[in-house]
Amino acid sequence: MELTGAQALIKSLEAQGVEVVFGLPGGAILPVYDPIIDSSIRHVLVRHEQGAGHAAEGYAQVTGRAGVAMVTSGPGATNIVTALANAMMDSTPLVVVTGQVATTAIGTDAFQEVDTTGITMGVTKHNWLVTDPADIAQVVAEAFHVATTGRPGPVLIDFPKDVANARVAYEEPGPVELPGYRPPAAADPAAVEAAARLVLEAERPVVYAGGGLVKAGAAEALRAFVELTGIPVVSTLMARGVLDEADERFLGMPGMHGSYTAVTALQRADLLLAFGARFDDRVTGRLDAFAPAAKVVHVEVDRAEIDKVRRADVAVHADARAALEALTAALRRLGGSELPGASRRRLGPWMGQLNEWKERFPLTYEREGDGAAPAAGTVKPQQVVEELRRLTPDDTVLVSGVGQHQMWAAQFWQFRHPRQWVNSGGLGTMGFAVPAAVGAKVGRPDAMVWAVDGDGCFQMTAQELVTASAERIPVKVAILNNAYLGMVRQWQHMFYEERYSEVYLSPNLPDYVGWAEAMGCVGLRVSSPEEVAPAIEKANDIDDRPVVIDFRTDSMEQVFPMVPAGASNDDIVVHPSQSGLGR
Amino acid sequence: MSALAVGEDGARHHVVVVRVENKAGVLARIAGLFSRRGFNIFSLAVAPTHDPRFSRISVVVDLESTRLDQVLAQLEKLVNVVEIRELHPADATEAELCLVTVRAPGTRPSLDGALAAAGARVVEDAGETLTAVLAGAPLELDAFEAALARFDIVELQRTGRVALPKLAPALRGAD
Repeated sequence: MELTGAQALIKSLEAQGVEVVFGLPGGAILPVYDPIIDSSIRHVLVRHEQGAGHAAEGYAQVTGRAGVAMVTSGPGATNIVTALANAMMDSTPLVVVTGQVATTAIGTDAFQEVDTTGITMGVTKHNWLVTDPADIAQVVAEAFHVATTGRPGPVLIDFPKDVANARVAYEEPGPVELPGYRPPAAADPAAVEAAARLVLEAERPVVYAGGGLVKAGAAEALRAFVELTGIPVVSTLMARGVLDEADERFLGMPGMHGSYTAVTALQRADLLLAFGARFDDRVTGRLDAFAPAAKVVHVEVDRAEIDKVRRADVAVHADARAALEALTAALRRLGGSELPGASRRRLGPWMGQLNEWKERFPLTYEREGDGAAPAAGTVKPQQVVEELRRLTPDDTVLVSGVGQHQMWAAQFWQFRHPRQWVNSGGLGTMGFAVPAAVGAKVGRPDAMVWAVDGDGCFQMTAQELVTASAERIPVKVAILNNAYLGMVRQWQHMFYEERYSEVYLSPNLPDYVGWAEAMGCVGLRVSSPEEVAPAIEKANDIDDRPVVIDFRTDSMEQVFPMVPAGASNDDIVVHPSQSGLGR
Repeated sequence: MSALAVGEDGARHHVVVVRVENKAGVLARIAGLFSRRGFNIFSLAVAPTHDPRFSRISVVVDLESTRLDQVLAQLEKLVNVVEIRELHPADATEAELCLVTVRAPGTRPSLDGALAAAGARVVEDAGETLTAVLAGAPLELDAFEAALARFDIVELQRTGRVALPKLAPALRGAD
């Protein structure tokens, strides 16, 4: 069948099962936008290419499938670099197609030419420059294979205009054969058995669950492991929901703004079961003081993460789900009738200690009706998150940007399922929430999608609400408007003697309600605590357009607990109302 | 980290031989990886192998500042990297080539002596100025450079070392 290169590209995307592409056309990608008209693939027209990237990420994070974005050359490509870097850090499978000037013009500083493969080399798992139209189907097949297997990640296909315009005999791609690409095979049984023995010996074990478990679809395997062993779990920012957080063995989120119990459990553990986690600096705090007494079992699909930060006593280089299933099977075999009963008995004192910490140091803030009530009329950001949680269905997808609001969302939500929580972890990309929510809603049209955003973040990418209105993607956005770049202000408060430098934003400029309405959304404003729940209920009832609620929250609120940057996790700073309680 | 090379300056080097798919941009991928991960390299030599689908890149890594296990693991993640071998100097046949242009006004006989002693070959001779080539083990080239230091070196270019594993004893016995 003879096609144009552009038609071959679209046909190849269809063959991969792509149902939606987020994009924005331009000169070099023009030929590809013509066959899109005739394709079964839905195209969502974003208002900025960064939005296309984050929307594709949101889609990928909730569905587990590769998100696809398509943009033009030059500025189109550079605008999507942030999303690629974000996806690289968070191991999100993305396939980004960029237009490129004709192969004959490459290297001549042609209009809208940049070295896209060069620029994106460090922020993609792999990239391709297609120079021969006969390669199109094969390159697309390879791209999806690389993006979605092993440790997932973003890939990029740079697609020159003359390749798009060329005539090509389209053939179905053959099997993907990449001699240098080998995701790990099954877990080494000897390593699994060594890990199982450490589990059976441990007295203070903790599962340190990372985002790799979500990627590997290992939630059920984790649950089975926890059921068998009784071992408590901390879930990192990227792993939230991988264990039902209503489970009594869930200790919270570790890290700089994690719960006291989760942070301290890692510190006191004698065995860390690091499953699909990478010992990020936000989790470990000062590395040489991190979990000093713990042996480490590291289950990891990416060989380069093993021993990168923390030496593993036992490393299992494998897909997390397969490894966990093998580990649970090995424990059944080795533990025999000892499990689960004996294991749980052995864990008794440890669980007692953990429960005591949970009781003494819960996540807290100045609540109405508590001993330390907030000043009358003040909306606490945490109250907004708690009310949202209370008033939305259990399967609500929660999306956030980056900063204080992200941490409050993470702290005060209880996730019941994996892929319910969408946020920017490793790169910390402000402005992630709105476009990611758009993509998440496209991926999960049946679920309610709420973004909790900051006022600083919202201003970076709000234009994608125009996309949401135009494409009838009814997302809901809760702006925790504290009129500050709040996390930066918090650091200036704590570490720069309250010298606030360039962090004030104003609560009224822009007018968020007016802006929302101008973008085709319903805009609501909440200025007092009693308005919080009614506004959320009103937003929940609107399903034909996006809703934005401007919550005027306490400007000076800070995120606690906090492990100061560079400090040991032992020096965790708890909420002021708990600081007199001793350890 | 088994194989450590102690170089002429006492620094710890290690030769990593990387077989890559012979595709556009593959050298940039390797160089970019070293740069963004902060891995230090002393030299890098690259050329196609006898099989034109592949090239072989020989990288001499500075182990003072760089963790070899990370170098290998990160390299392995590059999709175009097919095979990686780390070579201890004791297990490797190493070679390097040096081209040097020397001006020797009035000292030509002594220069000729130095060239002959090193086994270098004159490839271009303009009387007072000549260009010579020497191929050999890196240490031989170091000694050659030192011997030329008293002459007026116009330009000197080394290739960086390439390496192959030494033949197994069984194979060695056969030749």
